[in-house]
Amino acid sequence: MITFDRVSKRYEEGRDALREVSLHIGSEDFVFLTGHSGAGKSTMLRLIMLMDRPTRGQVIVNGQDLSTVRARGIPRLRRNIGVVFQNHRLLFDRTVFDNVALPLVIAGYEHREIGRRVRAALDKVGLLHREWAMPKALSGGEQQRVGIARAVVGKPRILLADEPTGNLDPALSAEIMNLFEQFNQVGVTVLIASHDLALISRLHHRIITLQQGHLVSGGAG
Amino acid sequence: MIRRGKKPQRKESARPRRTGAWHLLAAWFQHHRLSAADSLVRVIENPGSSLLTWLVIGIALALPVGLNVALDNVSRVSDGWDSPAQISLFLQDGAGNDEAQRLTDELAARQDVAATRFIPREEALDEFRDLSGFADVLANLQENPLPNLVLVTPRTTLEEPEVVALRAELEEISAVAEAVLDMAWLQRLNTLMELSRRIVLAVGGMLVIGVLLILGNTIRLAIENRRDEIVIVKLVGGSNGFVRRPFLYTGLWYGVGGGALAAILVSAALWFLEEPISDLALLYESAFYLSGLGVMGALNLVILGGLLGLAGAWLAVSRHLVRIEPQ
Ligand SMILES: Nc1ncnc2c1ncn2[C@@H]1O[C@H](COP(=O)(O)OP(=O)(O)O)[C@@H](O)[C@H]1O
Ligand SMILES: [Mg+2]
Repeated sequence: MITFDRVSKRYEEGRDALREVSLHIGSEDFVFLTGHSGAGKSTMLRLIMLMDRPTRGQVIVNGQDLSTVRARGIPRLRRNIGVVFQNHRLLFDRTVFDNVALPLVIAGYEHREIGRRVRAALDKVGLLHREWAMPKALSGGEQQRVGIARAVVGKPRILLADEPTGNLDPALSAEIMNLFEQFNQVGVTVLIASHDLALISRLHHRIITLQQGHLVSGGAG
Repeated sequence: MIRRGKKPQRKESARPRRTGAWHLLAAWFQHHRLSAADSLVRVIENPGSSLLTWLVIGIALALPVGLNVALDNVSRVSDGWDSPAQISLFLQDGAGNDEAQRLTDELAARQDVAATRFIPREEALDEFRDLSGFADVLANLQENPLPNLVLVTPRTTLEEPEVVALRAELEEISAVAEAVLDMAWLQRLNTLMELSRRIVLAVGGMLVIGVLLILGNTIRLAIENRRDEIVIVKLVGGSNGFVRRPFLYTGLWYGVGGGALAAILVSAALWFLEEPISDLALLYESAFYLSGLGVMGALNLVILGGLLGLAGAWLAVSRHLVRIEPQ
């Protein structure tokens, strides 16, 4: 589902964020991406959703060589990838419902279909009763669950998460991870960047470890 | 990896293909409707700043349009003056009343002359005395200083150069001392009108550019205010077109509102001027009335405003929106 072939990324400031990284993540896999702060985890996720392009090497997502995707094709690629951010990135002047509905509105779903799917996604993350609340009124854990509902509402093949439990206490973090596992159960490929080793080592999934841009373990699936 | 066997088969129906042309069109229309409504709500939710934008655009559009309406009225008045050209034949001193009358009848028979009128020198003097208030001075004169005068009105079908040629021809008549074509003021009026039209056009052009810049800046601020939202929309797969749409509608609403306000301003100005002008027309025994914008004119103004709004928004959007990319 996701393949990196000797991918390097050097930012303009001269730091090498990724060096010759090669790995493969199969369809319906559940993979953790870990490493110290600055190891290159976020950079990997950014390359997968074309927020950035590699300096060298090839990234293939869902069978598509990303170097062949032009700027016009980026939205279509992103519609097939659900993303969860550490700082949620919600629209704070819209209701929970509107936030979750956004990917469906972009994809052009019908009004009724949007309502149905948004409620299903909110039900899945346990926030159906907060449908008409504003994000400000929610706790950090609840906001993150809105972010997850938004990431999965369009039924993407791939789900990326960058430090999704970064601001949450252990109990809430475990709950969030459990949600990701449920989505993986129904066939979504899940890739979660996290430096919370204590949490992820308990979950028994494949772990890819980066160190200063080098892949040190977990590259072979 | 152990769980893999238990995973339910991914159902194809979970992600229905929705690529039919009809579906895409419907989705496109739906987003246009949503964007239009959402933008309108945003414009109305900030009545203070929106009204200010509308006023600026309205005034900038009302100025040239109002001047143009005024010019239209003036030219309607001057068009109403049929055959404004008149040739005054000042006769030789030696030409007496009989000869003058004969000449008057002769000229009246010409193809290119509509009418003639003989004004004997005595009559001219009386008229001058009455009108000028120089009665005392004139009474002291030994003899009448005024010549006999024949007024010749050319046919209205004559073009300007033909009228000029006619004047030259009439001056050749031996009894005529001088032939004066009284048309200069009309030429002057026409030149003045042409000049005014060009000034209005130039001022209008500058104001239109001003409107574009103002709208562009307003939209730029709107884009700045919603930068986070734009980033998020792009992250979840919104195309540039999708992100652009609400801002284009915002520009459209500002423009349409400004155009409507301009129509109201022009109509108000005309209403304000109507009474004094009809009083004036009455004094001149004229049936003149002010012609306004009309429904079509007002509609055109609204459409023009809308187009300007779209263009201004497009300028801002094409410059600023592509630069906002998720980091
Ligand atoms: N936009 C950027 N410009 C320049 N350097 C960057 C940028 N993003 C990340 N980096 C650098 O690249 C390296 C890897 O960063 P990142 O992928 O964010 O690491 P992680 O997510 O593992 O903490 C770091 O040294 C970071 O300073
Ligand atoms: Mg990071």
